[in-house]
Amino acid sequence: MSWYHYLLPYDFSPLTLIAFVVVLTMYLQGLYALPAEERPGALRVFTFLLGLLLCYTVMHTRFDYYSQYMFFIHRGQHLVLHHLGPLLMVLSNPLPIMRFWARQLPGWLAPFLWPVKMAYRVLQQPLIAATLFVGLIYLWLTPELHFDAMLSRPLYWVMNWSMLLDGLLFWWLILDPRSPHTERVLGYGKRIILLVLIIPPQSALGAWILFSDSMVYDVYEVCGRAWPMAPETDQMLGGVLTWIPPAMMSGIAILIVVGRMMRDDRSNAKTQQADEAREVHA
Amino acid sequence: MSRMIHSLSVLTLLLVLAGCSGSDTDWNAKNIRGLMPDLEFKLTATDGEPFTPEDRAGQVRLLFFGFTNCPDICPATMARLQNAVKQMPEAMRDEVTLLFVSVDPERDTPERVGEYVDFFGDNIVGLTSDEETLRTLAKRYRTTFGYGKPDENGDYDVSHSNAVYVFDGQGRARLLIRSGQSISQISEDLETLVRQGRD
Repeated sequence: MSWYHYLLPYDFSPLTLIAFVVVLTMYLQGLYALPAEERPGALRVFTFLLGLLLCYTVMHTRFDYYSQYMFFIHRGQHLVLHHLGPLLMVLSNPLPIMRFWARQLPGWLAPFLWPVKMAYRVLQQPLIAATLFVGLIYLWLTPELHFDAMLSRPLYWVMNWSMLLDGLLFWWLILDPRSPHTERVLGYGKRIILLVLIIPPQSALGAWILFSDSMVYDVYEVCGRAWPMAPETDQMLGGVLTWIPPAMMSGIAILIVVGRMMRDDRSNAKTQQADEAREVHA
Repeated sequence: MSRMIHSLSVLTLLLVLAGCSGSDTDWNAKNIRGLMPDLEFKLTATDGEPFTPEDRAGQVRLLFFGFTNCPDICPATMARLQNAVKQMPEAMRDEVTLLFVSVDPERDTPERVGEYVDFFGDNIVGLTSDEETLRTLAKRYRTTFGYGKPDENGDYDVSHSNAVYVFDGQGRARLLIRSGQSISQISEDLETLVRQGRD
């Protein structure tokens, strides 16, 4: 197999290709159209593109082949789709680009958008969002459903896309760049609570997989592995990937939120001081 | 709120569709009706001639991937399948064909596959092809195979699916027999399938 074969999708999905090309084009076009002072800097652009590229790679290259036939690589794939990729994209703060495209929407479309807005509001209700985030991991790791998802091509794609979309929603809720002091977004404390809350159920699931004596996900035996590997090793590695990195991601996100909270407080304090100073002078 | 109910119901629907593809019959094997595409391939039979599923149209066909050097899974599975067929009423046995597909074309020539399947019985069709064709077929049934590193004698291990895909007389994917099933369970399922085909 020559090197470019590794870049080609194992299972070609036109919809996936279109979705990624549309997002990439819209991002770059928005970037180009924005006035210089609103335009995200090089590091932010890089972070967004890295996140997007990671998601594309695990979904639509040779990586996907290995994800279909090795449990632990499948766990790695979902780690990128549900955690790392969306986190990077959100962290890059694509808000200016999103606002740019929102401004391009024709006015007549607005009334048709309210169901989307409503759905968004419900999904971003903190407890629903956290439940959905953890729930989806549990759902697709239900042995019976996992088996079917690995056998049925349509279900497989539903699984991967649901992980990516939910990842974007959850991390946007947590790392929304807008300050809760000035806008109606989730408070920093609540963000941290959510990040802590999602750790135990993920760890429990990972530990359960890791310490299972029997084979929990026998579909990889049924479908054959990408290369001969002891099933126990595969399952063990998968368990570790379900357990440890998600907890670390929560940890990193907590640090980011705490950092923002402190910066926000400082700048708040400064404005307050300035206000008080003005009052004194007046 | 209605949105939430809506999304929940979609999720439930998905679960129902996926989890328990509720059917009329209680199968011992996993029901894969609708989950997988119909039986379709063009491989080489042991006499070197091309072979397609139509050559055994109307029969219940059991598709199994393996290789003749296989130390455990393949011979055990072949023996189990053969015994399951033997447990069926005599008049039904002729309506079941086993399709053994070797995924090790490097070592398994059609002749060698022929010798191997003849050892197990006469309702078995041994098949193989070039690696690319085999990969396409494997991908169609969401399975794969891989080769381990050769040892000093040049022997290598082959990872492959341990399941048996069962197709009905019309070539529709029906069941997936997993390694844990007993011979009489397999036999029972095959009998039901043959009966359904007659109705």
